[in-house]
Amino acid sequence: MRVLITAVLLAWLIAPAMGHAAGPADVERALADLAGSDADRREAAVAVLGNTRDPKWLAFLSALRDGNVYVRKAPQTAPPGRSAPETAHPRSKPDSRTPLQIVVAGAKSTQGDKDVVEIKGASDGATLGTVAVADLTEIAADRRLRIAIKPFLDADETRGQLANPDPAARKGAAVKLGNQADAAAAPTVEAALAAEADPWVRHALAEALALIRLAHGDAAARVVAAGTLGGLHSLNAVPALKRLESDGAASAAERTAAATAIKQIERWTFLTTTLETAFQGASLASILLLMALGLAIVFGLMGVINMAHGELMALGAYTTFVVQNWFRTAWPGAFDAYFLLALPLSFLVAGAAGLVLERGVIRHLYGRPLETLLLTWGASLVIQQGLRLWFGAANVDVSSPRWLSGGVPVMVGLTLPYNRVFIIGLAAVSVAAMYWLLFRSTAGLRIRAVTQNRAMSACLGVRAPLVDATTFALGAGLAGLAGCALTQIGNVGPSLGQNYIVDSFMVVVTGGVGKLAGTILAAAGIGGLNKGIEPALGAVFAKVAILVAVILFLQRRPAGLFATRGRNADA
Amino acid sequence: MAVYSRRDFLKGSLAAGAGVAALGFPSIITAQSKEPIKVGVLHSLSGTMAISEVSLRDVVLMAIEEINAKGGVMGRKLQPVVVDPASNWDLFAEKAKQLLLQDKVAVTFGCWTSVSRKSVLPVFENNNGLLFYPVQYEGEECSKNVFYTGATPNQQLIPAAEYMMSKEGGSYKKFYLLGTDYVFPRTANKILRAYLLAKGVPKDSIEEEYTPFNHQDYQTIVGKIKRFASGGGAAVLSTINGDSNVPFYKEFGNQGLRSENAPIMAFSVAEDELRGMDTSALVGHLAAWNYYQSVDTPQNKKFVNAFKEYCVKNNLPGGAKRVTDDPIEAGYFGVYVWKQAVEKAKSIEVDAVRKAVYGQEFLAPGGKIKMDEANHHTYKPVLIGEILKDGQFKVVSKSKGLVKAEPWSEYTSPDKGCDWVKQKGTYQKKA
Repeated sequence: MRVLITAVLLAWLIAPAMGHAAGPADVERALADLAGSDADRREAAVAVLGNTRDPKWLAFLSALRDGNVYVRKAPQTAPPGRSAPETAHPRSKPDSRTPLQIVVAGAKSTQGDKDVVEIKGASDGATLGTVAVADLTEIAADRRLRIAIKPFLDADETRGQLANPDPAARKGAAVKLGNQADAAAAPTVEAALAAEADPWVRHALAEALALIRLAHGDAAARVVAAGTLGGLHSLNAVPALKRLESDGAASAAERTAAATAIKQIERWTFLTTTLETAFQGASLASILLLMALGLAIVFGLMGVINMAHGELMALGAYTTFVVQNWFRTAWPGAFDAYFLLALPLSFLVAGAAGLVLERGVIRHLYGRPLETLLLTWGASLVIQQGLRLWFGAANVDVSSPRWLSGGVPVMVGLTLPYNRVFIIGLAAVSVAAMYWLLFRSTAGLRIRAVTQNRAMSACLGVRAPLVDATTFALGAGLAGLAGCALTQIGNVGPSLGQNYIVDSFMVVVTGGVGKLAGTILAAAGIGGLNKGIEPALGAVFAKVAILVAVILFLQRRPAGLFATRGRNADA
Repeated sequence: MAVYSRRDFLKGSLAAGAGVAALGFPSIITAQSKEPIKVGVLHSLSGTMAISEVSLRDVVLMAIEEINAKGGVMGRKLQPVVVDPASNWDLFAEKAKQLLLQDKVAVTFGCWTSVSRKSVLPVFENNNGLLFYPVQYEGEECSKNVFYTGATPNQQLIPAAEYMMSKEGGSYKKFYLLGTDYVFPRTANKILRAYLLAKGVPKDSIEEEYTPFNHQDYQTIVGKIKRFASGGGAAVLSTINGDSNVPFYKEFGNQGLRSENAPIMAFSVAEDELRGMDTSALVGHLAAWNYYQSVDTPQNKKFVNAFKEYCVKNNLPGGAKRVTDDPIEAGYFGVYVWKQAVEKAKSIEVDAVRKAVYGQEFLAPGGKIKMDEANHHTYKPVLIGEILKDGQFKVVSKSKGLVKAEPWSEYTSPDKGCDWVKQKGTYQKKA
C-alpha cells in the first residue's frame, strides 16, 4: 500500500501530465468504490482521485477527510409533467439497485426540528439544494482513509506554499521538503529555485535540494551535496550528515565530506548561537530599561517610590488596545499604522494619569517616602480595579501590525524578530531623549536644580511645584510608552503591571538611585546575565540566580552601581 | 429562578416517599424533602485563577437553574451555595470545611488547579463529602470522595503523543516537552517521557524544560527549540499555563518556526483561554481535549446557545461572546451525573449517591459519557483539534468510542490500580 502511495505521489510530482491519465470512467468507478465497504478499494479510490491533481478532487478529498461527503440515492429523473420528489418517499437505506449519488455537504442549518444541509454533486459541482441530513449517509473517513488522503493534500499544500507571495511561507515549504528529502520532490524544488528571487528562500531551496541529493544521490553526488550543505551552513542537514558519517556502507570520501561539513556547520552554529544570545540579552535589557526608565526618573530625581508604575504601564498597554480597536473599525485599511499612533497616545494618556496623580495627592506627601509608597500602592489597586471593571478581568488581545511580526534573517540560522529590534531601538531613542532633556535643555537644568536643592532653586525663581509635576508626568509617560511596547511581546490584562514592577525596581535599585547611567548599566547587566545563564540552567534557575546575584551585590554595595554622593543620598 | 409548582412538588414528594418506603426509614427523609438541597460551588472568583474558574461557576449555576426549572431533583429544588476561595490554596480547605460542616451541602462542584484539589482532599475525606472535579489533571489520585469528570493522562496526553507519532499526525520523532513549573506539567511530562521511551523514542530525542509562572521571555527556549527541530521531525508538547502562551507562540512565529515544520501540541489551551489572545500566531497548532465548542452534535448546539444566553441574561462579562470549552462541559455534565445518581439512589446521602454514580451514563454536549464502574473517573472521547483564526478548534482526529480513564498511568505506575468496588481505592496489581 505504502508503495502504491509513494508511486502515485512520485508520478504526480514528476510528471504532472501523467497525473491526468485517470479518465472520467476511472473517477466514476473510484467514487462508487468510496461509497462501498471494501477498505482496500476505498483506499485505491483515494489514490485515483488524488492522482488527478484536479483542484476539484483535492477539495473533494479534503471534504471527505472532514466528514462532509455523503451518499444518497440518486433522485429519479422525473419525466416532465410528473414530479416525484425523492424525500416524499423516505426509504430506509440506499440499496444497490437504485443508482447512488455522492454529494458534498456545505452549510448546515436547522429547519424546524430537522437538521438540513446544502449539498452539491461531487462530480459536476451542481447545486442540489437543501436536504435533510437524515436522508444522507455519511461516507466515513476512517483513520486508514485519512492517512491515504494526507499525502495528496500535503503535497498540494506544499505546492501552494511554494507559490505563496509570503517569503516566510515559501521558506517554510522549502524546509519541509528538505526535511522529508523525498527524491520525487527534486524537480519541484529545482523549478522553484529557478524562479525564486528572495535570497533566503533560495537558500532554503538550495538546502532542500542538497538534502534530497544527499539522501538519494550516488556516492559522488553525496560528496558534492555534503560539501554544498557545509557551505550553506545548513543546521537542518546535521542529522542526515551525522548518519552519513557513521554509515559503515559509505565510502571514505563520503564520510570525510560529511565530517568536514559537520565541522563547518558546527562552527557556524556556535557563532550564530553566540550572536543570538547576545541579541537576546540586548533585547531583555532594552525591555528592562524601558520599564525602569520612568521609575528611575521619578524615584531618583524626586525620591518618590512609585508603586503605581506598573499600572501606568498597563494604562499605556490598554491605550494601545483601544487605538487598535479604533483602527480596526474605522480604518481597517490602515490597520498596520495603528501602532504609530498608539505610541505617542499611550505616552500622553499615562502621562496625564501621572499628572493627575501628582497634582491630586502625591504633592501633599513629598518628603514622606513611606506615605507616598502606601499612597501609590493604593493608586495602583484603584487603577487595576478600574481597568478590570472597564475592560473585564480577562486578558485582551492586541494584534501585532504586520511590520512587527516575523523577523529579519541577518545570516543563516539567525533571525532577529522585528518586535524585539524595534523595542531595542525604542529604548535607545528614549534614553537619548532623556539624556538630552536632562542634561542639554533648560527644563532639564531646572529638574536637576530642584533635585539637588529645592529651597535654593525656588529662591532663584524656579517654580518647583511645576517642575515636580512635569517630572512625574514624564516618568509616568515613559511607563505608558513601555506598556505600549510590551503589548508586542506579552499579554495585556489588568494585572500586567504586577508582572513587571518587581523587575523594574530591581533594575533601579541595582543601578543606584538617581543615576540614569546606573539604570542603563543595571538593565544591560541583568538582561545579559539572565540570557547568558538561561541556556545552561533553564528559565527557572536563571531567575533564581539573578535574584541571588542582585541580593549579594546589594549587600556589597547597598547604594547600587552608581552611588549618589552628597545630600540627597540620605534623603 | 424557577417557579416551584405545587404539582412538581407533589410528584417529587411522592417519588421521594416511595423511595423512602422502599428503603425502610421514612421519617427522616420525608421531613427533609420539602427543603431545597444545598449544593456547594467552590471556584475562585478572584485572584489569578479567576480567569478560568469563573466560567465554571457560571456553567454550574446554569445547570442548577436548568434542573430547577424542570422541577429539581426528586422534587426538591437545588440551592447553590457559592463561595470564593480566591485562588488561595489554604482558603480552599477552609471554604470546603465551611460548605461541609456549616452549610451541610449534599455535593460540591469545584476546584481547578491540582494544588487546590489536594488542599481540599483531606476535608472531603474526613467529613465524607462529595466533590465533582471538572478539569483534566495529572492522575495518580483515587479518592473515595471525589468524582473526576475531566481527563486523566491516558485520555489526553497519551493519545496526543500517539497522534503526533502516527502517520496521520505527521510521524514526529523528536519531542520537546515544555511546561510551566508546577505539579501538572511535571507529572504530565514524567508520564509523556515514560510513554515516549516505551515507544522507542531515544532518550536524546526528548528534551524537557520548565518556565516560572507568568514567564514572558521565551527567546532562549524558542532558540533551543529551533536547534532541536533542525532536520525536521520535531514537535513541541506544551503544558504551558494560559497566560504565558501568548509570548511563547508569538516568539515561536517571530523566530521563523512554523506549524508545518514544528507543530505545538498544547494541553492547557482551550477556547476560554483563546478569548484573550491574538490567535494569529497560534493558527495551525494543535491541542488535545475531550470536547470542543465546535463539536457538531444537536445537544452541543443547544448547550452553547444556552450558555451564551445565560451569560447575556445574567449580565456576565463577555455576554454573547462567551465560549464553552472542555472543563466547562465537564463541569456541566457533572451536575447532571450527580442528579441522575441521586434519583437512582433516591437519596442525597453521600455513600448511596457514590454507589449510584458508578456506571451512570449521560448524553453530554460533546456526546455520550459514562462514569466508570469503580474508579471514580469518566469514560470520555479524545479529540485532537487544530486552532483556527477565530479561536475555535477544528477536530482533526477522534478516538474510536470512549476511552476508559486510568488514574494510574500504565507507563509510570504499571503496578497500581484504582477500584472502589472490589478494592479500597488505590491497590497494588498482582504481577
